[in-house]
Amino acid sequence: MLKSTFLKAVAATALTFSTWASAQAVDLQFYFPVAVGGKAAETIQELTDAYVAQNPDVTIDAVYAGSYQDTVAKAITASRGGNPPQLSVILSADMFTLIDEDLIQPFDDYLTSDEDKKWLEGFYPAFMENSQTGGKTYGIPFQRSTPVLYWNKEAFEAAGLDPEVAPATWDEMVEFGKKLTRKDDSGNVTQWGVRIPSSGFPYWLFQGLAIENGAILANAEGNKTNFDDPKVVEALQYMVDLSTKYEVMAPGIIEWGATPKAFFEGQTAMMWTSTGNLTNVRDNAPFKFGVAMLPEKAQRGAPTGGGNFYLFKGASDEQNKAAVKFVQWITAPEQSAKWTIATGYVAPRAETWDSDTMKAYAADFPAVLVARDQLEFAKAELATYQNQRVTGIFNDALAAAITGQKDAETALKEAQAQAEEILSEYR
Amino acid sequence: MKRGFALKRDWIHGWLLLLPAMVFLFAFTHIPAVTTFLNSFFSTPRGRRPAKFIGLSNYERMLDDPVFWKVLWNNVWFAFGTIPASVGLAIVMALWVNDRLAGRSFVRMAYFTPTVLPLIAVANIWLFFYTPGFGLVDQITGALFGWPASNYLGNPDTALNAIIVVTVWKEAGFFMIFYLAALQAIPVTLKEAAQIEGAGRWTVFWRITFPLLMPTTLFVCVNAVINSFRLVDHIFILTDGGPDNASALLLFYIYEVAFRFWETAYGATLTVALLVLLSLLAIGQFFFFDRKVHYK
Repeated sequence: MLKSTFLKAVAATALTFSTWASAQAVDLQFYFPVAVGGKAAETIQELTDAYVAQNPDVTIDAVYAGSYQDTVAKAITASRGGNPPQLSVILSADMFTLIDEDLIQPFDDYLTSDEDKKWLEGFYPAFMENSQTGGKTYGIPFQRSTPVLYWNKEAFEAAGLDPEVAPATWDEMVEFGKKLTRKDDSGNVTQWGVRIPSSGFPYWLFQGLAIENGAILANAEGNKTNFDDPKVVEALQYMVDLSTKYEVMAPGIIEWGATPKAFFEGQTAMMWTSTGNLTNVRDNAPFKFGVAMLPEKAQRGAPTGGGNFYLFKGASDEQNKAAVKFVQWITAPEQSAKWTIATGYVAPRAETWDSDTMKAYAADFPAVLVARDQLEFAKAELATYQNQRVTGIFNDALAAAITGQKDAETALKEAQAQAEEILSEYR
Repeated sequence: MKRGFALKRDWIHGWLLLLPAMVFLFAFTHIPAVTTFLNSFFSTPRGRRPAKFIGLSNYERMLDDPVFWKVLWNNVWFAFGTIPASVGLAIVMALWVNDRLAGRSFVRMAYFTPTVLPLIAVANIWLFFYTPGFGLVDQITGALFGWPASNYLGNPDTALNAIIVVTVWKEAGFFMIFYLAALQAIPVTLKEAAQIEGAGRWTVFWRITFPLLMPTTLFVCVNAVINSFRLVDHIFILTDGGPDNASALLLFYIYEVAFRFWETAYGATLTVALLVLLSLLAIGQFFFFDRKVHYK
């Protein structure tokens, strides 16, 4: 109640400001979230300022809108209040939600020349899976990521493992994990083998396990899930077994935010987390570390993640054109390289990786290439209509299994039934 | 004639004085409350599908929703966990800093500090305290008793209790201020008279101080009850309602439904449930307890 009143007040204030601002030439308002630490917000501001300096006919108001969740909430509220931003970076997985709310328009209307179409093809196909539906492009990849495995080379050496070799399969991860898990005299674990964080949105890293086992969690139309697929059950059982049967991972829900810190402190010898943490780990790990693709079961695999640019309805033709131009500029090699180096997000276009800046960076720090190479095996992040609600149900099921309240099969069967109920009206 | 005019002028004057407050009260309390109530009888509008009247369907869904019952039960547990503990602690702390002791202002300030800090900041501090392995709690229990690493926030049996501890810590200092003010209003003569009659410290407290504090206790309890439904900011930071809704409270669930799942109509229904619940509690407290509060 209080919150809704507050949001209305915020929307009203924003409205006043925008009316005042739209007295000038082409104005763009652009919301962006920051999900990782470091210099993300500064870099976006810097890039926007640089663009405005080069293009005096455009003014861009880049608004930091909080987390991904906050940003989508703000964009929807502002749109309902009749004051949508022209552009926003929002989770690629929220595409169906935004279509369902009738808030966004495809980029295709503004990408008509052959050159533009070629530009669109320059993005990695794994990133476009979450950006296109029904033959239209609704999202342009920008701050995209994918999970990778980080390992502590010194801990590997101390456990008698080859410090240069990461586990390549599920079995190896368990086997290495057992060697890496260390206990003190009273039997308390001082170093865990592996850490797969599961607080908040466990579905994302779990999806890595599911894809590796050959399962796809949702169809491309976003209206059917496969949560009770036996392969998904098997993947969840493996995740649960890591802490209960093999005892190589801490039991219970594992916090996302504390994961890099736990890695630095030597609490865990391996961790799964986003490439968005790469720069953070590079700056702060007090030991040599390696970065590898996630281990395979039936195949290699990982979900993609992160945010896309969306074009909101309600803007003038002129604004839309200016917005598309800005998106093309900020995803161009030079800017994209700057962004990737500052954060660790995966540059979404092959040409960026061929630029001299990126080549020099990769030569110095080859770990950045792992995420790019993994894209070949990556699949779309779980995304459906009413995405937050459906993934919410799935998250609850995963949490129930991880904390031992339900067995994997029951939890997933229940989640599938609930998701069916929601999604059946979208078919 | 003249008298009528003066009356009318008074009347206009009165309303004009009331107007600013009323505008805000209506704009931010009454109108949203009525809109919420009306929305609860409609389906959620989506961009492509406008809202339609669906009668009591949202309420039926609420009664069938296992998460609703779970968060309601959590809320009851949360209220029982936080209210007596924070009020009791507040009285003890107030008695303690009301006495003459060295560094009294410093102790008072220390007790009040949690109240001044924003809840979000507090939650981030406690997130570190609770961190498994290298968090403060684990470092202390590990060094003193050799306990293994804990995972209070990641375990459905302890997550809510961990949140209750944070809330009590946060609230007790705030309530202490009210008790401190009330204690200073109690005439010392009463205590001295009792001591002359040979009453011990406990009798003085139980027979004199505590009954005279009752109006404050009522006020504090009303606030504590409201807070137990209102304070959810720290949950976003500490557990995000997890694991599997083990630490989600009613208001948190309302936020989740309305602004994450964008099911605003169902969110409105849950809000009506919360409003009804709070009204009942407030009415109950004032009408049934008010009579017993004042010492005669």
